[in-house]
Amino acid sequence: MTETSMQIDSSSQNPRITWEGCSVLLDINDGGRLVFARLNAGSTLKIGDKKCSLQPLIGCPFGSMFQVEVGLKGPHLCRIFAADADDQTAVLQEKEEIQQNERKDNRALVDDNTAQTLSFEDINAMKRKGAAGRQIVDALIANSSTYMTKTAFSQEKYKLKKQKKYAPKVLLRRPFTRSISEAYFKKYPARVGFLRMDVLSLLLSMANVSAYSDVLVVDMVGGILTGAVAERLGGTGHVCNTYFGVTPYPMEIVRIFNFNNEICRRIVRFPFSDLSLPEINDPGHSGVVENTMSTKMLPNLDEAALSTTPAPSSGGLPRSEEQIIQQAELPDLRLDPVNNVEPAPSIDENSASSVVNAGKSQQPGKKATKEAITSWKQNGFSSLIIAAPDLDPWTVVQELLPHLSYSAPFAIYHQYLQPLAACMHNLQTARMAIGLQISEPWLREYQVLPSRTHPCMQMSGFGGYILNGIRICNNEVSIKPSSV
Amino acid sequence: MMLAIDPTQKNSFKRQISNGDLVIVYERHDIMKPVKVCEGSELQNRFGVFKHSDWIGRPFGSKVLSSKGGFVYLLAPTPELWTLALSHRTQILYIADITFVVSYLEVIPGCLVLESGTGSGSLTTSLARAVAPTGHVYTFDFHEQRATQAREDFEKTGVSSLITVGVRDIQGEGFPDEFCGRADSVFLDLPQPWLVIRSAGKMLKQDGVLCSFSPCIEQVQRSCETLTTSFTDIRTFEILLRTYEVREVTLEHGGADDIGSPGPSLPCKRRQRSHGSTNGVEKSGSSVPMANPCGESRGHTGYLTFARLKCV
Repeated sequence: MTETSMQIDSSSQNPRITWEGCSVLLDINDGGRLVFARLNAGSTLKIGDKKCSLQPLIGCPFGSMFQVEVGLKGPHLCRIFAADADDQTAVLQEKEEIQQNERKDNRALVDDNTAQTLSFEDINAMKRKGAAGRQIVDALIANSSTYMTKTAFSQEKYKLKKQKKYAPKVLLRRPFTRSISEAYFKKYPARVGFLRMDVLSLLLSMANVSAYSDVLVVDMVGGILTGAVAERLGGTGHVCNTYFGVTPYPMEIVRIFNFNNEICRRIVRFPFSDLSLPEINDPGHSGVVENTMSTKMLPNLDEAALSTTPAPSSGGLPRSEEQIIQQAELPDLRLDPVNNVEPAPSIDENSASSVVNAGKSQQPGKKATKEAITSWKQNGFSSLIIAAPDLDPWTVVQELLPHLSYSAPFAIYHQYLQPLAACMHNLQTARMAIGLQISEPWLREYQVLPSRTHPCMQMSGFGGYILNGIRICNNEVSIKPSSV
Repeated sequence: MMLAIDPTQKNSFKRQISNGDLVIVYERHDIMKPVKVCEGSELQNRFGVFKHSDWIGRPFGSKVLSSKGGFVYLLAPTPELWTLALSHRTQILYIADITFVVSYLEVIPGCLVLESGTGSGSLTTSLARAVAPTGHVYTFDFHEQRATQAREDFEKTGVSSLITVGVRDIQGEGFPDEFCGRADSVFLDLPQPWLVIRSAGKMLKQDGVLCSFSPCIEQVQRSCETLTTSFTDIRTFEILLRTYEVREVTLEHGGADDIGSPGPSLPCKRRQRSHGSTNGVEKSGSSVPMANPCGESRGHTGYLTFARLKCV
């Protein structure tokens, strides 16, 4: 029952099998490189010095693994099956057992670059003769004088390292909030305002994003927030993406999700000024924010927003990074799938507004209708999420909070603690909200291996702060809100 | 009702508390109580006696007064508030773990999710929110009474149409065959999860994700060893939340004229002074909201191990 409804949802496609025109995340060599691509007949991917067609990936289940094989028609991606991978784990397990009994160490290891007798020319000659990647790796092992003296574990490490170079593997993954967010945070954190996947998830929970909600969103993190909310709504409710000033904030990342038309239709945009236009009997304004205050605040906000619109980044970015961000947002520079040549940095947003779908597909981010805006003014939004690294949270929240239904939760992401502390203090003093809390998640990954379990050596030390709370109804409270 | 499965139940400016509604009575950020509004009933707590009849007709989010003049807030229930307010029949999962699990398991509307054990239903409620309106959560607990209480809770919070609670010893018997190849995700919170991994693998669709929550590293170690046979992308995480307190703090400037100012925080004072003129804060001892981490926090909840079913 549930299965069928899910399939209908994604326009009669099995969402677990790729189709022509679908967006995918390609994980090359176990996270070494991450590429977002669109599967069209002509799309190609450059791996090392080889250009491979992505055609063989169409119609394969997500989770499939591919390897570059060199055949008569040149290099091509070939699917490898779990059975092959199974021997690897068997071999590994066998080695684990050997390891228990052996006492090897690195006392005899001299790092003088003479261990490998196979030369660069030898390897090239093998390649020319059409040797498979696996054969080259075997030859490298056979010609390494130190390989046998290594422990089983470092032998495995050596083999994996060589495999990455000579026999790269491509894993086909579904572009979901989790994988997209992880990929961006890993490779281009500035483009998503340094918003880590666990922090993004917390924003969704704290703002109670659930079916049929109308979630008010300020997304200056490239569209990852808008996409994440839309994914949770699954074609119900609305993602109400508002912006200050006249230019909507970019939301390119939304196109990486394989959203169907219904989900796209429910992502709407409107300038905040549309919401703030005075209306008679507007129950949303409980008088906490004075009109004079709003008008006084707005010009500043506009200015701030406009100046940061082109790049959802914060200060201190290296120049090159900034340029990449801007390039990604210029429509003219969108790569045609055919020429999808991977540049040195590893995230590729293969133009998601691909030519194939341009005609019939619904574009996300249409302007909200007047009726919709009127309805939100009368009923209030279900919740609010702000991810605007360059705006002052208090300035934004005092404008937006009056538009939330009473008892509606909200969550604000920021990279800095101070503005959130000031915001929390002001919300408390003005008695606008309760259940206020600032939190910072701490996420640690572990390496789990027999006799070698420990936290990973490298970790992200910081993913951002969140201020969350619940809007309260002040209508009948005798205590006057103190002015801030 | 917690979820607006029926869009007319949606919280809005016009929605008022009515007889039979579930409200979360908020005393303090750490003291909350779920109450079913019932005309003629009363709520008694340290702030006095509250008449339910005074609540009916008020909007959610209202502050209501007791006979003694004390006050509480009446909030619309959400899975987060429920987690803070529910009665703990077992150790429960908290927001950071819950949130990470829901995201990592890629639970979206329409998904079929299997869970064991049900426990107090803290995670189950969040899973239900994520699969709504068309998906379903099948949750199992071997404890008959706990399952019954969980069912009652889901009825109370209005999520029962999305959740089926079964009584079954999953660790001993595995998941029921009727779910073979139908589950998008499986969540395990069991003392010996490695005993169920085979069964979980049979239940999952290709590329489906499994999560196992274990407080001890030895459990993780054994689970990971078992997972390698039919799962890939095996990753273990730990997630904790550090919370901050915000207070208005007044720091003395400690100039030559100040007598008896404490010594050890000199750098801080200097910083304050150098900013003083630009912020228009000239007077010594003006107060500023400042944040610092709360002194006591949870040090450990559990390890979350995720794995993806290998593609055949």
